[in-house]
Amino acid sequence: MAGVEFVAGRAGAGASAAILEAAAPRHPGALTRIALIGNPNSGKTSLFNQLTGLNQKVGNFPGVTVDRKTGVSQLTPQLRAEIIDLPGTYSLYPKSLDEKVITDLLYDRSSDQYPDFVVVTADASNLRRNLLLFTQLADLGLPAVLALNMMDVAAQHGVNIDIAALQRELGVPIIPMNARKGIGIAALKIVMAQMLDAPTTHFYEIEEELLPMIRQIRYYFNLHNDYLALHYAHQYRQIGFLSPDDRAYIGELVQEYGFEATPQQAQETIARYASINDILLNTVSVTRTQRNEPYSNRLDKVLTHKVWGYLIFLGVLFLMFQAVFAWASYPMDLIDQGVAWINSLIQSNFDGPLINLLTEGVLAGLGGVLIFIPQIALLFAFIAVLEETGYMARVTFMMDRIMRKFGLNGKSVVPLISGVACAVPAIMSARTIENWKDRMITIFVTPLMSCSARIPVYTVLIGLVVPDQPILGIFNLRGFALMGLYLLGFVAAILSAWAMKVLMKTKERSYFIMEFPVYRWPRWKNVGITIVEKVKAFVFQAGKVILAISILLWVLASYGPSEAMQQAEERAKTEAEAKGLTAAEVDSHIASEKLESSYAGHFGHLIEPAIRPLGFDWKIGISLLTSFAAREVFVGTMSTIYSVGQDADQQTVQQKLASEKDANGQPFFTPARSFSLLVFYVFAMQCMSTLAATYRETKGWKWPLMQLLYMTGLAYFSALLVYQLMK
Amino acid sequence: MSIRPTTASPAMPRSVKDLRLGESGTICCLKDPEMALKLLEMGCIPGTQVRLNSRAPLGCPITVVVGESEDYTLSLRVSEAATIVLK
Repeated sequence: MAGVEFVAGRAGAGASAAILEAAAPRHPGALTRIALIGNPNSGKTSLFNQLTGLNQKVGNFPGVTVDRKTGVSQLTPQLRAEIIDLPGTYSLYPKSLDEKVITDLLYDRSSDQYPDFVVVTADASNLRRNLLLFTQLADLGLPAVLALNMMDVAAQHGVNIDIAALQRELGVPIIPMNARKGIGIAALKIVMAQMLDAPTTHFYEIEEELLPMIRQIRYYFNLHNDYLALHYAHQYRQIGFLSPDDRAYIGELVQEYGFEATPQQAQETIARYASINDILLNTVSVTRTQRNEPYSNRLDKVLTHKVWGYLIFLGVLFLMFQAVFAWASYPMDLIDQGVAWINSLIQSNFDGPLINLLTEGVLAGLGGVLIFIPQIALLFAFIAVLEETGYMARVTFMMDRIMRKFGLNGKSVVPLISGVACAVPAIMSARTIENWKDRMITIFVTPLMSCSARIPVYTVLIGLVVPDQPILGIFNLRGFALMGLYLLGFVAAILSAWAMKVLMKTKERSYFIMEFPVYRWPRWKNVGITIVEKVKAFVFQAGKVILAISILLWVLASYGPSEAMQQAEERAKTEAEAKGLTAAEVDSHIASEKLESSYAGHFGHLIEPAIRPLGFDWKIGISLLTSFAAREVFVGTMSTIYSVGQDADQQTVQQKLASEKDANGQPFFTPARSFSLLVFYVFAMQCMSTLAATYRETKGWKWPLMQLLYMTGLAYFSALLVYQLMK
Repeated sequence: MSIRPTTASPAMPRSVKDLRLGESGTICCLKDPEMALKLLEMGCIPGTQVRLNSRAPLGCPITVVVGESEDYTLSLRVSEAATIVLK
């Protein structure tokens, strides 16, 4: 198929007959494949959602962090097509890794992913800039339809477009539409259901002196036109499907002819704007020149005001924080209780090791995945509204200067603040940061913010060593300690970000140059689809990792060398009989003895030499392992393990810990030990769900492993310092 | 304004950075070749008119309205605006 030439002229007379003729896919048996491409803010997402509804699938592009969103659209009752949603871009010269997926898809005709044609979305109210990308696509010789979106906004601005004339000038079908309201979708589908020819109009003539080089590339790779060959000369280093030999070949040619990419690209862009200006002169008239976006400007006077702007943003953050922290807790409790109810139902009716695996391993792990859904859904409801309305661009605008100093981005504020509730949705929300380096730094430092799962650990340990003492009449010393821990996490996050900014090398330059969108009402359909998409992505991609690790941890904590486990159970029973304990006390006694003899217990003993300098013993070692499932598990494990050899009347964890004695009969949990442990939990990456989220967002194990090593290392040495200084 | 001795000559060309709020200027050229590629794509072609629309509370970034017919609003950092030289 690679050699097929799209040279056929526009079927003028045949066009009406072709309306009834369904498009034959290029690959027999496959669906027609259509790529959706356009500028950011040109309504591409709305159009994709209108075309596919909930028939969307999120997958991966190799090597980049953007999702590969595809969906199936029913074009006519008989005809369905696969739509690929490409990342928003201003031109075919990629500026970021993520935009590379566009060129990788559109340059390789032999690929089975190559689209049959493209739908280009353009903002009708800002046609000049939007047409730049279109003219590049047309020069590549791709069959195209132009979806002229936001006709309503254009009309408001007094922009009148002569559609018929523009269609003649551009040489492709044009569908005027308003994707947010669904206007024009039906007409677009009819056009999409037809065989489309490649446009024959050219918008840019390649300079004569470049042609010898370009022709060599073109014939060597058997390309169908010169403009594609020019892009090979520009981007041969980044094109994914070229072999090292191919790259070397182009590299030599570029050297030989002294091809200078930057001036050529600049000259091309200027030439394209010149021809676009000519086209617009004949087809578009603007009745009002002074547009001035009255509503947006007036809103911005308040929303980006130096006092009100920040106060309002603080209010928005507070509301988001409330939602993820407090409102989400109701459905989370329901999920928790639901899983516990199913577990007890199964356990009371069946028995055996497989049932334990199912309830304590699989179901508990599944519960650990489902529990995050309310937080993810709520956070993304907020973020989708902020993005849709255009407020997120204002947040970036107001925060950029402050955050940039630390290697972060204006948009990093949302992940960092959400991280105080839970790092999992927070890391997923870093997706809105376009710059790769800024996004990686944000993802990397977000788990250092103290999340809600740390609170149980904090309260138990603070309650143990910080006296319940008023300060200045209205404050409490314990409150100060808690705030200190939160501040410690925040400072660590900011300083780590700054260090990464200095250390990380990247070829990608950080730009702020972007469109400042006007305010719009959010489309609730888009908000809903975003929520569903994020929840699905988390459950199916990060969820797998979480489930696997939680089953592993369960096995470690419930199995051990079989002899030792049996002895432990018998020993516990005899001890319990001798002391005359009640049935419940016997059970807890057995549980703690068994935990000590399990693999987790062995692990605790094994790492004791390594953690002794921090003041930790093997019992804490076990808790460190089990709380890797989730930090709050620490409290439960401590409660189980510290019932070993204790009197039955110890009720709360805190009492159990307080009565624990060291070898000399002194209280084991001294302030030094407790603060060491607290500091350890502020910094340590004790959360497999966070690792799974980082894995899913960065599409690889490199970043989560670095995060684990860095945070554990930071935690270890800080705890060491605290213990050795306070001892 | 700094009170430093004027190392820059008074004839130093003005850039978008130097515009006052609401003031318009016409783009003459772009200084940073790599950044120019990005700016050109965004429609900041020599000869195009730009108007300083607003500044962020801390003075940076800024927003400018691009085009004589006020095509759209662009936001950029002051350091980026300084590379857009005006006529």
